[in-house]
Amino acid sequence: MTYAFRAEGLVKRFGATVALAGIDLAARQGTVLGVLGPNGAGKTTAVRILATLLRPDEGTATVGGLDVVRDAGEVRRLIGLTGQYASVDEDLTGTENLVLIGRLLDMRTAAARARARELLAYFELAEAAARPVKTYSGGMRRRLDLAASLVGRPDVIYLDEPTTGLDPVRREDVWGIVRSLVGDGVTVLLTTQYLEEADALADEISVIDHGRVIAHGTPAELKQRVGGRHLDLRPLDPARLLDSAGILAAVAGTQPESPTRGTLTVPVEDDGMLTAAVRRLDEAGIAVAELSLRLPDLDDVFFTLTGHGTAAPAGTGGAGEARTAKTEEAVR
Amino acid sequence: MTTLTAPPERTAVPSRREGAARPFALVRHSVALAGRSLTKTRRTPEQLIDVTLQPILFVVMFLYLLGGAVAGSTHEYLQTLLPALMVMNTVFASVQTGINLNDDIKKGVFDRFRSMPIARSAPLVGSVLGDLIRFVLLIVVQLGFGYAVGFRIETDPLSALAACLLVMFFAFCLTWVFVLIGMLAREPGAVQGIGFMAMFPLTFGTNVLVPTDTLPGWLQAWVDANPVTAVMETARGLMVGGAVAGPALETVLWSVGVLAVFFPLAVRAYLRRT
Repeated sequence: MTYAFRAEGLVKRFGATVALAGIDLAARQGTVLGVLGPNGAGKTTAVRILATLLRPDEGTATVGGLDVVRDAGEVRRLIGLTGQYASVDEDLTGTENLVLIGRLLDMRTAAARARARELLAYFELAEAAARPVKTYSGGMRRRLDLAASLVGRPDVIYLDEPTTGLDPVRREDVWGIVRSLVGDGVTVLLTTQYLEEADALADEISVIDHGRVIAHGTPAELKQRVGGRHLDLRPLDPARLLDSAGILAAVAGTQPESPTRGTLTVPVEDDGMLTAAVRRLDEAGIAVAELSLRLPDLDDVFFTLTGHGTAAPAGTGGAGEARTAKTEEAVR
Repeated sequence: MTTLTAPPERTAVPSRREGAARPFALVRHSVALAGRSLTKTRRTPEQLIDVTLQPILFVVMFLYLLGGAVAGSTHEYLQTLLPALMVMNTVFASVQTGINLNDDIKKGVFDRFRSMPIARSAPLVGSVLGDLIRFVLLIVVQLGFGYAVGFRIETDPLSALAACLLVMFFAFCLTWVFVLIGMLAREPGAVQGIGFMAMFPLTFGTNVLVPTDTLPGWLQAWVDANPVTAVMETARGLMVGGAVAGPALETVLWSVGVLAVFFPLAVRAYLRRT
């Protein structure tokens, strides 16, 4: 099997802090690997090693079969990096940024200009092309940053939380761009804090926590493990919570949890359960303040896989503890 | 964004792999990055205060405040003072390059440079080359204002030009000391502190601002050993006359020596910084 990039047993320490504790990541050519994890899980450190910006303390990583330490120069020819913070120059214009990248990639000036124009048009930045980047909005910066990564037509692109801080419409734009890149044969490593995003884009997902991979699989496999979609319900009258819990339990076949006071959440297998729940709530005369069907968020994933939430080193409260409060207790 | 259906053409422009084999990568990439540095300078002209106002301020301060006491006549003093101030101000300006780089390198765009297949030292060399414009501007202002208050070149224009180029070369080499400090220090303020601590003995501990026979022995020894003394003597010799060969050789040797030691150290510190 040929991998576009592959990391094996990566360990990275910063002083006493272990950022990576032996992590394995790999993606075949033309696929998207989603790396899902909370802040501080080691996502950015792994990306920086694969992008030749950091040397691992232990383990190896290759891109296109080339070692990221020994053959760093060659690896840099294959990759494009879009960091968590936009890696573009604030004082230069959009065009100047892209032309500079092109010239550093040894394009002739005319070719670099043409490429910059093409990418600016593609990312709908043509109108802002002559303005300094510091006047750009967050979404425009991200798009320019992506464009900068694409100037050299890399084989492998690292996208480190490309949609963090973007509004939902701009997030969908970035997703569209990632899909078209993959359609083009590019391999993508995408780090994210959103299961929804990994689910939408990734062929395989590695869930990481404290510098280790705690789960790996296709989105379908992973969703099977974490219970697929969840149904959230908040009855208008908090006194009807116990009745509502009974109804959800009957529909879903498992006891719902109460993550926060006054709401219930239960994993559901198919869409029919939503209509069933609505019908039976109506029959019971329970008015609903909020009812939604959603993919589990990062916290659900972590709770299922590790028994604690993302914020919680065991026992320190927060999400983990809230989740352990079962319906009955919450209602009392 | 509704036009995201067609991805950009992937065949029209040469790929990275073809371009990389071309020679002189360091020069090419450094020049491209020097262009970036120049654009930034053009967009933030307030960064040029130290190379435009300071040379004027120093002339006024030294000439009218100290001139009478040191030389008896301000015109006499101006002739020896101006070449020395030119050196002093370029040395100060080289500290600023280290301070700017310390700030610049923290920005995300340096991550991109590092992840690109370019000569490793190009981002540093480019920034330092781009800052040469600051030295040029400084020398023009220094000489222009000097002329306005009565300074005259007593040799010939070619010698004066040689003086300017030699001063710039020295400042370029010395800049690498402050680039190194800029790479090692965490904050621009620290670079400034360390830089100026080194600057004062270097620029004031010379024989051009005051006659050395008034100094205590240990200070005279320092003045003799100080490379900036040699640079100031060379500049003065080339502009208003006097011995040139000895101090010029000393200047060149110091410059090359400083460059040979601090350039590799600065690049290493840059590459190790994460």
